[in-house]
Amino acid sequence: MTTTATVAAKRDTEPFSHRLKDVGFWAEWAALVGLVLLVIVFGIADPTFLSSGNIQSMLVAAAILTILAVGQTFVIATGGIDLSVASIMTFAAVVFGQTFAAGWPLAACMLAAVVAGLLIGAINGAVIAKGKITDFIVTLGALSFASGAALVLSDGKPVTVINAFLLRLSAGGVGILGWSAIIAAVVAVIAHVVLFRTRFGTHVLATGGSSEAATATGISTARVKIAVYVISGTLAGLGAILLIARVGAAEPASNTSFLLNSVAAVVLGGVSLMGGRATITGPVIGALLLTALTNGLTLLGVSQFYQPVAVGIVVVLAAFLTRFQR
Amino acid sequence: MTTSPATSGTAIDTLVTVDDVSLSFGSVRALVDVSLHLKRGEITALVGDNGAGKSTLVRCISGIHRPDAGTISLDGREVHFRNPEEAREAGIETVHQNLALVEDLTVWQNLFLNRELVHRFGPFALLDRRGMQRKAQEMVAGLAVNVPAVKSRVRRLSGGQRQAVAICRAAGFSSKLVIMDEPTAALGVQETARVEELILRLRDEGHAVLLISHNFAQVMRLSNHVWVMRAGRCVGGRRTAETTGEEIVALITGAKSA
Repeated sequence: MTTTATVAAKRDTEPFSHRLKDVGFWAEWAALVGLVLLVIVFGIADPTFLSSGNIQSMLVAAAILTILAVGQTFVIATGGIDLSVASIMTFAAVVFGQTFAAGWPLAACMLAAVVAGLLIGAINGAVIAKGKITDFIVTLGALSFASGAALVLSDGKPVTVINAFLLRLSAGGVGILGWSAIIAAVVAVIAHVVLFRTRFGTHVLATGGSSEAATATGISTARVKIAVYVISGTLAGLGAILLIARVGAAEPASNTSFLLNSVAAVVLGGVSLMGGRATITGPVIGALLLTALTNGLTLLGVSQFYQPVAVGIVVVLAAFLTRFQR
Repeated sequence: MTTSPATSGTAIDTLVTVDDVSLSFGSVRALVDVSLHLKRGEITALVGDNGAGKSTLVRCISGIHRPDAGTISLDGREVHFRNPEEAREAGIETVHQNLALVEDLTVWQNLFLNRELVHRFGPFALLDRRGMQRKAQEMVAGLAVNVPAVKSRVRRLSGGQRQAVAICRAAGFSSKLVIMDEPTAALGVQETARVEELILRLRDEGHAVLLISHNFAQVMRLSNHVWVMRAGRCVGGRRTAETTGEEIVALITGAKSA
């Protein structure tokens, strides 16, 4: 057992150059390395890629995905998966549109969207934790339910939402950072603090790492499960507001690519799908990487049909690298 | 001598008294009128064949099961735990056979799991990471087993180191009774010896230890008192110094009655 101790101690003190030869090191930082590589390649291929205008639009484009990926991270950290994030966002957007069309004040519409997301998340969590049904099945059901409910509620028609505040939200900002990018950054920082600096965050990781061990110390894993789905649903509601601000309309159309990309961002970020190990920076970088990838391909004039192909390859490569994580 | 442990166990140094406890699961009588007691500063062994009711009894003491009849007293007061949390608050800690540690968390996070130290800021509370790391270092420093830095993940620890961390967690936090279910079952010879040293130290620090073990040599080596269970009943108790392995085996198999 002393050998394990010395190996562990060595790992903490070994020089940086040795760590570069370690596959585990690269696995842990796969998303960042990928992002840097992409930026270099696209930057050389097309100088407009690194123009401040393009960076600004990329950050804004990454905002919604970042927010969804943060919610997804909490769920995946407990060993679950939320397949309904994108549908919840669609549903919340429709709730926003309908309340807006009904003449509610903007603040009330935004609150309604967030609460709608929170409620579906709470139902997800309660069914999973109390009904003891697999996360995959429950959120698959919620995916279908929420997208259907969005169609029913809106009668399949989009609602145009034109509002000065929302316009400023999508177009304005501080320097190179758009407001939506700033909101996403704030969400990410808060999420990081919650995950690593609060009791709740530790309990989330413990629930994902070993549900029995967590229960044995008196942690209510059911409550933790419900809480992470509430977080995911609420953030999907917040994402809906940003989506409406960006599109200028509340559409009942499904946002399937957001679901796949939110999971992809989390996997790219080196978060274990088994639960128990997670970071917030990883998925955020993952979201930036995916956005940079599609943006760069578009700039280079690659048909957008190839974008999902590229995303698929990158995600599987990243998942392959995480096998070497220590 | 075992028919009236409740009366003989009223001595000041008695920590836990189990009095006529019975528990049935449907038609299965898991425990039948079990009476025994444990003393402070002693290692009490609980032995018996598989299915004799040892684990069920331990689960009653640690609040997982509630007896159908009979009473359990701690420090002379009757206790009725509704869940393990209440038992833990009363000072009863259990080291589980399957090592209830979270492998992906660090040693210090495991030591303080669900007992985290926090800094309060109004309605918010942030973890006192430094404080926990420092205290964890103190807790671990006293171990006979060589445990690596408290910041390393439990996944990197050997079986003996993990058991040491689990015992360390149970022994901390002012626990009075530490229940150990087969603490060395999964360990090698050297590691077993180290963990046994730890168990002895717990006793010397004044904890009561309830040890469930199938390893007779270990029971004879460590314990001060042995209770024997057979078919849901407590069939006898002996001071370890006054008995032999043969006698205990005879009690377990029923070849000899108490």
